[in-house]
Amino acid sequence: MLNPPERNDDANLPTAARDDGAGADVPLSVYDLTVAYHRKPVIWDVGFDLPAGQLIGIVGPNGAGKSTLLKAVMDLIPRASGRVRVFGDTYRENRHRVGYVPQRESVDWQFPVSALDVVAMGLYDKIGWCRPVRKKHRQQAREALGRVGIGDLADRQISQLSGGQQQRTFLARALVQDADLYLMDEPFAAVDAATERAIVEILRDLKERGKTAAVIHHDLQTVPEYFDYVVLLNMRVVAQGPVSQTFTQDNLQKTYGGRLTLLDEVTEAMRRRESSL
Amino acid sequence: MWHAKTSRMNALAGIASGDRGVRLSRGLLLLALLTVSATVCHARGRPSPDASSQSSAFQWTDTQWGRVLLMKDYNTRIVIFGVAVLGGASGLVGSFTLLRKRALMGDALSHASLPGIAIAFIAANWFGGDEKSLPWLLVGATASGLLGVAVILVIRNQTRLKEDAALGIVLSVFFGAGVALLGVIQQMDTGHAAGLEGFIYGKTASMRAADARLIAVTSLIVIAGCLVLFKELKLLCFDEGFAGAQGFPVIALDAGLMTMVVLVTIVGLQAVGLVLMIALLVIPAAAARFWTETMWRMMLWAALLGTGGSIVGGLVSALFPGLPSGAMIVLVCSLFFFVSMMLGTRRGVIIRLIRRMRLNRRIDRQHLLRAMYEQLEKSSGGLDDSGLAERAKRRISVSLGKLLSMRSWSRRRLSRAIERAVEDELLRIQDGACKLTQAGFTEAARLTRQHRLWEMYLIAYADVATANVDRDADKIEHVLAPEVIDQLEDLLDEQGMTIPVPQSPHGPLGSGEAIGVLGTDAEGHAGVEPPHDDSGGHQ
Repeated sequence: MLNPPERNDDANLPTAARDDGAGADVPLSVYDLTVAYHRKPVIWDVGFDLPAGQLIGIVGPNGAGKSTLLKAVMDLIPRASGRVRVFGDTYRENRHRVGYVPQRESVDWQFPVSALDVVAMGLYDKIGWCRPVRKKHRQQAREALGRVGIGDLADRQISQLSGGQQQRTFLARALVQDADLYLMDEPFAAVDAATERAIVEILRDLKERGKTAAVIHHDLQTVPEYFDYVVLLNMRVVAQGPVSQTFTQDNLQKTYGGRLTLLDEVTEAMRRRESSL
Repeated sequence: MWHAKTSRMNALAGIASGDRGVRLSRGLLLLALLTVSATVCHARGRPSPDASSQSSAFQWTDTQWGRVLLMKDYNTRIVIFGVAVLGGASGLVGSFTLLRKRALMGDALSHASLPGIAIAFIAANWFGGDEKSLPWLLVGATASGLLGVAVILVIRNQTRLKEDAALGIVLSVFFGAGVALLGVIQQMDTGHAAGLEGFIYGKTASMRAADARLIAVTSLIVIAGCLVLFKELKLLCFDEGFAGAQGFPVIALDAGLMTMVVLVTIVGLQAVGLVLMIALLVIPAAAARFWTETMWRMMLWAALLGTGGSIVGGLVSALFPGLPSGAMIVLVCSLFFFVSMMLGTRRGVIIRLIRRMRLNRRIDRQHLLRAMYEQLEKSSGGLDDSGLAERAKRRISVSLGKLLSMRSWSRRRLSRAIERAVEDELLRIQDGACKLTQAGFTEAARLTRQHRLWEMYLIAYADVATANVDRDADKIEHVLAPEVIDQLEDLLDEQGMTIPVPQSPHGPLGSGEAIGVLGTDAEGHAGVEPPHDDSGGHQ
């Protein structure tokens, strides 16, 4: 369906990820990652090193393999080839340092659990096999819900939450994981303005505390505002680097092909932002 | 006449939806279950049932019915106990598979076990073993059941066919092969084949104490498994991806769940029969879902319903050897299901109807009061909201015809809304026209204000607001929480727009209902259906 953008050898080519294994200070290093469904490649030779302590946007058109990339990083789907290093080691070894926010649509919100139950799931790994969720865990979960601003909805069944509140619940679940690297799959999708602000605040708070967050993001206009670093993905990494250098119309054109009418608006938005600085 | 009807409706609503109603219906169900278990315990608790009944010449307890119902036979007792534990275990495992959306896997498994049973029978016969030995037959059942599941997985993973097609193929092919093999057994000269029909439809009457013990022990193991792995299986069923990301072995957990389904299904074959085993896995869990929004409560309910259904079904089958216990268990369970579906306190049909009716009434009332208020504004000209103006406004009466013309509501619906408002002393009727009471005026002013704040917000921030309204777009105006009103006020305050009841932002009164961008017009409220497409922002 999608033709991978032509691989050209100019300066925007992914420079990262030599196969010498990244150091423990690199939160996520991906080298030569290829994933295929039914022999059709979804991502191809993807490679990058994410800088520590920054907010990273992963941007690309629908079907560019953004979710697939995150899932392949966490060993949720098999890789055809490639190497993933999380803080210098395998994901398996360092998974307790990774927090995950899946897409909101990936679960059934009619499920008979409360918001608090969902958040407590972030602690299951720490609680350990066959042990019950205890009071102190519930307290932790309650605090996390408070951090995302819906502490008063802790006991509500999840279908009774609005889309934004559901997204915050997922975010709280990642927060209780107390990770160093957060992988978020479209946390801003279909949320209300208040939730969007709340998520941005939490992201900035995470950054302040030295955490790294890699966030799949759809709204190009807000990329320069929300993120420090960007990975432009369309089956391959089209470009990556600090937003100010990488998030250019040229690169976006390469990522989205000719399909993006919004591009001019974005450039305009960026220009305005730069001039206001 | 309206009054009588209204109060009756209110009473109904009060009973069925209030806390009292919840407790009442739960209590009744609990009572029913307790009666059953009390009977069981009572009968079992007697030290020597025969001795106590010998004293009188004739007692109903001596009849066959009495003996079965009071479970005087050791065999009946142990069989019923076995089936009861089986029902509990199926309720628990069934809850997990239902939530995992794999409920039909159990069905394919049980159907696929038939050829295994037949082959085990033939093999035992061939080698001169005991062809009726239950453990041996169950080994055959397990083998072919697992083979069936494996074939499903192969079809699903190696072809582009979806799971439902794979289930259909395996279920019918294996069952067909089983029936053919049973035909072969009929032709053999052993003449024992009749017993095998019990596996198809279930027959507690033909169960021996040893069989029942096997069922009970296996079921207890499964129950323990469900309890020990509760947390992990809950995570697996809710969010497989997150479970995997946290390092829980998703495939192993699925295999564990499947093993428990296999255990329950295989030992349940004799009691429930392979055709209907799926009922015991699905129906109690599905019925339980109507009563609660909490997972452990759902599982508790499912276990209780499964136990109850199995006991009753098992007893009936023991009473009438001609009646297959599988059918009886299904009938009892489906009765539970029907009751739960209708009366369930969380998701039952009736409670939902009542909730919808209440919402509609509230919306009608709000529309009525707002229509009144707008009429008053219109007739009192440009008066502001001072106390004087309020008194002046309150003296104005509005005719029914006028109100009727303000919205697209039917006369019947409007009169009902007026009836109820009069009952609640928000409105008075004088000379065939409506007047607001003090309380009614306050409420009407509040509602109008709320409505206009929302409209102004939509107009000022429409591009943001479309995402903001998410799920309740259609009825949002009627469910604005006080804190949202506060926020709206703050927002509009920044714009310098705050006034006690702001002027309608869309010009002359009554003309601009269409501005209710998100479908705030009358007919839009008829149901509690999902919001219109224009709620936006869902892409």
